[in-house]
Amino acid sequence: MTLPVLDVSGIEKSFGPNHVLRGADLSIPAGTVTVLMGANGAGKSTLVKILCGHHVADHGQMVLSGKPYRPRDVSDAISRGVVTVHQSIDDGVIPDLDVASNLMLDQLAQRGGPLWVRDRKLRQQAQSVASAMALDVDLSSRVCTLPVADRQMIAIARALAHAPKVLVLDEPTSSLSASEAERLFSLIDRLRDQGVAVLYISHRMSDLRRIADRIVVLRDGAVAGLYDSQPLDLESAVTAMLGHRMTDSNITAQRSDQPILEVKDLRVFTESAPIDLSVGSGEVVAITGLLGSGKSRFSEILFGMRQPVCGSITIDGAQFTPRHLRDAKERGVFLSPKDRATNAVLPDFDIANNMTVPFLGSLSRASFIATKKQRAWSDRMIQQVGVVCQSNRDAITTLSGGNQQKVMIARWLLEPARVLLLDEPFQGVDIGARRDIAEHIRRSARGRATIAFMTEIDEALEIADRIIVMNEGALIGEHINGVSIDLAAIVTQISGHAPL
Amino acid sequence: MSDTLLNVSIRYGFLILLVGMLVFFSVAAPGFSNPRSAVFIFQSVAITGILALGVTCTLVVDGFDLSIGAVATSALMLSAYSMVILEQPAIVAVMLCLAMGALVGLINGLLIVKFRVPDLLATLGMMFLLIGLQRIPTQGNSIATGMALPDGSVAEGTFADAFLWIGRHRFDLVIERLVPVPVVIFLVIAVLIWLFLGFTRHGRLMYAIGSNQRAAALVGTPVNSYKVVAYMISGVTASIGGILLAARLGRGDIASGNNLLLDSVAAALIGFAVLGAARPNAFGTAIGALFVGILLQGMTMMNAPYYTQDFVKGAVLVIALVFTFYLSSRRVSGT
Repeated sequence: MTLPVLDVSGIEKSFGPNHVLRGADLSIPAGTVTVLMGANGAGKSTLVKILCGHHVADHGQMVLSGKPYRPRDVSDAISRGVVTVHQSIDDGVIPDLDVASNLMLDQLAQRGGPLWVRDRKLRQQAQSVASAMALDVDLSSRVCTLPVADRQMIAIARALAHAPKVLVLDEPTSSLSASEAERLFSLIDRLRDQGVAVLYISHRMSDLRRIADRIVVLRDGAVAGLYDSQPLDLESAVTAMLGHRMTDSNITAQRSDQPILEVKDLRVFTESAPIDLSVGSGEVVAITGLLGSGKSRFSEILFGMRQPVCGSITIDGAQFTPRHLRDAKERGVFLSPKDRATNAVLPDFDIANNMTVPFLGSLSRASFIATKKQRAWSDRMIQQVGVVCQSNRDAITTLSGGNQQKVMIARWLLEPARVLLLDEPFQGVDIGARRDIAEHIRRSARGRATIAFMTEIDEALEIADRIIVMNEGALIGEHINGVSIDLAAIVTQISGHAPL
Repeated sequence: MSDTLLNVSIRYGFLILLVGMLVFFSVAAPGFSNPRSAVFIFQSVAITGILALGVTCTLVVDGFDLSIGAVATSALMLSAYSMVILEQPAIVAVMLCLAMGALVGLINGLLIVKFRVPDLLATLGMMFLLIGLQRIPTQGNSIATGMALPDGSVAEGTFADAFLWIGRHRFDLVIERLVPVPVVIFLVIAVLIWLFLGFTRHGRLMYAIGSNQRAAALVGTPVNSYKVVAYMISGVTASIGGILLAARLGRGDIASGNNLLLDSVAAALIGFAVLGAARPNAFGTAIGALFVGILLQGMTMMNAPYYTQDFVKGAVLVIALVFTFYLSSRRVSGT
């Protein structure tokens, strides 16, 4: 192994009272792929943002090729040779421009560049960038017409035009299909051979197996494990990532003999195996699986946003065929969607209005909102769920992510649900708030069926009585939560290498 | 300390400015502070105010209705056409205009929610279409009793007295013949829209749509219906404005109402700044319309030339927008 290109030691970073990084150490050698793993809230994205110059560390040192490295801003980091491709791809490309312009964007944006764009020359340069990457797309097509993988390739190609020493890829496969991901991996293979130091952030087992030379595990803002001997010890890495936290949530699994929601022979994809599932009153079931496992599709079917290929759903024994999400809501099927900021938060509203918006009908007389009742309802929920705020009139945007999520979940607890669906309820939520939410969901679970859809196993362990693993549209494993739960089996089932 | 000052100035700045202006004109312009002058101000802003209240509803759902001016002038021409040329009674003219406004709003709404045309473009297209359409039946001429028709005959119909009453009658209030009907209609519509937007669940859901359409849809709000309704409200209020204009003028004047769109949009946008709301609201819109009216009336009484009026309106709008967007954003980031 060669000398590290980038050496990071003792990095600390706090946001207000929130101590996100507590002395993280990391060294990234040239010509290797270092995978950085960590659960939600472990500090991965903060570390990446410090590396790419978006944040400045409070303490700690960074050394790049033997020189101290302290990027002033993002462009400084890029000019020093640390190039980052961020998780959300559409931040990296301009959808309405053609491929050639996207590839040469940095040149177009350069200060003091030529006034006129010489199209032919632009295309020639773009062509050379594209062929260096073995990127095979029509340079004149608009980026928005391309599949996600190609957009990702373009974002990376542009990053590589800077001849980076360190390339940081933040969960690059999170929106790619398996074959698209394979193209990315072969590109990373080539870069490794060229001696680029790659820092690859992911916790997808399939990615790790395919691409990792070394694994660094981050937990609670510090490095919890370093694995660099071949073959890589994935099991230990996963255990290190999850830590001892799973034993903290001492859940005694509840079994229910009064089924509320029953799903029979339901197919989410045309070619997938049929799903059978029964969730009883008072039960909390977590359905976990990777992206593309059919998990989100299944939740959309249950909420009436999408029709199943075939199969039947019953609630309390009665047929349930929602045509529209309002049908679902009328039957007492509530969904707290994922991606809070785009799907749930009303930024112009205060806490009380955000919380009560689904049930304004019950809160009004002759369409006029009963403000006192509205405030009283929200105060009750604020107290029960433990939202940290001054009053129910605080703007929602003044709350931290965890508290915002509490409000979004509380929204669906105002009226009793028959079936409560929670899509990624712990997304962007700190550990303390996660505990509060999980506790309240479990406490209030009586009398309804609760299903949480989540990617992370440790999150599922915190909330569920049963954990069901989904892969390629089928339910391939079921585990009763508790001290004796077989974590390794869940991990292998999630990554799709499971004996059934 | 400076934080509270900032908050007070955001919240009450515009109202303080309004009161200050009233005091100034009362002192500087003799005759400004009497009931008739006050009523005159209300009368001068009644029609733009009504249009502005309608456009406020579309702003609430994060839309925009550029066709309101054209709807108003179409209603003006339609009422004149139905009375003067078709010789219909007042009630038919009014009903036709209201139906036309609702229909235009419906089409606007459907263009936006079903055909996915961006709101500004859909209503801009509708504006052009209506401006053109209202000229076709009369071959570009204004409508008045006695005008020659294409077939060689003469238009015999007249504006019904009942119709003119809407624009010209004045109710007694302490002083005889003080409050004109349009002012009453303006105040009634203002109260109705204020109640609707501020205190009903429908209004609240419309604000939710304007704040985050996806989130509103995912809690079960029928987003498309509410948007269409918003444009229909806007269309109907604009046609009411047109009816009042026609009733005041007493003829179908093709050239009137040119300024209606800009004036009413300005009033609605100025309304963002009132009470630091930083969002469209009916109370703010009404105050915004009055603010412009008071300023123009005061200046007129102090002999400022008429051609400075648009400049003054523009300046007020720019200041109000700075209030809304710059100061409010500082308030948010400051805390």
